Amino acid sequence: MMAEALLTLSGVHTHIGPYHILQGVDLVVPEGGVTVLLGRNGAGKTTTLRTIMGLWNASKGDIRFDDHLITRLATPEISRRGIALVPEDMGIFTDLTVAENMILAAASGPLDAKRLEWIKELFPPIGTFWNSSAGTLSGGQKQMLSVARAIIEPRRLILIDEPTKGLAPAIIKAMTDALRELKETDTTILLVEQNFAMASGIGDTVAVMDDGRIIHSGSMKELAGDAALQEKLMGLSLEAHQ
Amino acid sequence: MSNTAVKPRIEKIPLKEKLFQKLPVFLVPVLALTGLAAIGNPSSWLTLTVAGLAMGMMIFIMASGLTVVFGLMDVINFGHGAFVAVGAFVGFTVLAWLAGWTASPSVMLNLAAVLIAILAAMLITGLLGLAFERVIVMPVYGEHLKQILVTMGGLIVAQQMIYVVWGPDELHISRPQALQGSFVIGEAAIEKYRLVAVAIGLALFLAMRHILKKTKIGLLVRAGVENGEMVEALGYRIRRLFLIVFMTGSALAGLGGVMWGLYQETITAHMGSEIMVLVFIVVIIGGLGSVEGCFIGAMLVGLLANYTAFLAPKVALISTIALMVVILMWRPQGLYPVVKAK
Repeated sequence: MMAEALLTLSGVHTHIGPYHILQGVDLVVPEGGVTVLLGRNGAGKTTTLRTIMGLWNASKGDIRFDDHLITRLATPEISRRGIALVPEDMGIFTDLTVAENMILAAASGPLDAKRLEWIKELFPPIGTFWNSSAGTLSGGQKQMLSVARAIIEPRRLILIDEPTKGLAPAIIKAMTDALRELKETDTTILLVEQNFAMASGIGDTVAVMDDGRIIHSGSMKELAGDAALQEKLMGLSLEAHQ
Repeated sequence: MSNTAVKPRIEKIPLKEKLFQKLPVFLVPVLALTGLAAIGNPSSWLTLTVAGLAMGMMIFIMASGLTVVFGLMDVINFGHGAFVAVGAFVGFTVLAWLAGWTASPSVMLNLAAVLIAILAAMLITGLLGLAFERVIVMPVYGEHLKQILVTMGGLIVAQQMIYVVWGPDELHISRPQALQGSFVIGEAAIEKYRLVAVAIGLALFLAMRHILKKTKIGLLVRAGVENGEMVEALGYRIRRLFLIVFMTGSALAGLGGVMWGLYQETITAHMGSEIMVLVFIVVIIGGLGSVEGCFIGAMLVGLLANYTAFLAPKVALISTIALMVVILMWRPQGLYPVVKAK
């Protein structure tokens, strides 16, 4: 059974300076579960997330979230509607402590103690280094902090850009487990990921991008089980990633 | 995930690096002690040190707004001096209205008059900052060359407006009764007004530190300095934060203008652009965007200017520039460079 669409992009175009990056993206993210956005480098995945978040403006097309048009809204307004972003560079405030990063992320009020406890269980380094400067954290810890910040308040949709990039296998497993647990809390996740093994493990639906367009969308199960389709869409088989 | 074998670990900063980071803090006492050794006479040294700290505090008051505006908004505001001059003239007008209070022997009335003058100057320059940001700065966010040109233009317009309102001549401003004269400690004469300047500067520095470190708006400013885009993605309207910071920076320049005017006892429409040379030197020495660095830089400039003026008046003309050159050779991005994410 297909869940109702939480986020819909229809014919979205994005220009950055003289470059025409998104060239008519049509994407549906169903409510609940994880939608994975795949594609080679430069296909437009990050631009898609940034356009949804309003960090770059769509020059054409519509973005609807929960049946409301958000295409022209400013980034803070989009955030306040329940969308959080975990950017590729993690966006950690390195001059601030871990605690201060979390306090800022709770934009609508003080930190919810119960939720914070849950996050500390999910990501133990958050508790361990609570009063340390975020700049001194390792890459994996920063990534955990970045995801923790995104979920410190209940969100309806989390956009996560390559959370496993450059991380050690143990941290990748930790991150995957955390995303799986997050998925169980009814939070919808739109995940950009290059690590197909990880993506196919937690993804429910998948969209593949190339040259600024969605060239395939469907269930992850179907793509994961069809090596020929993977080969055709991404030029790489699942085995090559394992 | 708790059963996953991820052992939390954090990199320890080596002691040597920690000391290197803290080193700028020791520069002010080192300079003061060097000054004592060079001057020899403790009374002269005390007088010069208080004068230097007072001058440094006033420069800090004027420079703090500029450095935060640059750090957070990435705006190079060459028009900052306009707020200094307007602040001084507004302060002058208010003190002239309250001439009865300033001439009174009552210390309370004197201080109340100065306080009212400062508040009026801060209010007017804060509002002027609002207009400046909306009309002049907002269209040129992210374009440094245009910022320099249009804010320079804004400075010229503000100076001409001062001519229109207050006339082209320089004005003389007298300190209130209680702030005239000096305390004599042993053989050292310490001007009362300089002590007031030190107290106000120190209070402002501590207040700014407290706000930046302990309040949510301070956290937002520090986070915004590093990565404004992420602050927006967390749901905060950074444009509104920009405006608050710009108005506060302008109001601080206005406060600095009143203080500087009372220090010099003469004000001109050009006083802002003249002091801006020192203000920029302090901001560059401190590290663009850093309040702590700006404070240390201001103290160094104030002390060095006073010591060299006493020891070798001709050297005093280049001492602050020389200080900037030496600091930048040591730390090319200033004493406390602010980390930028972009």
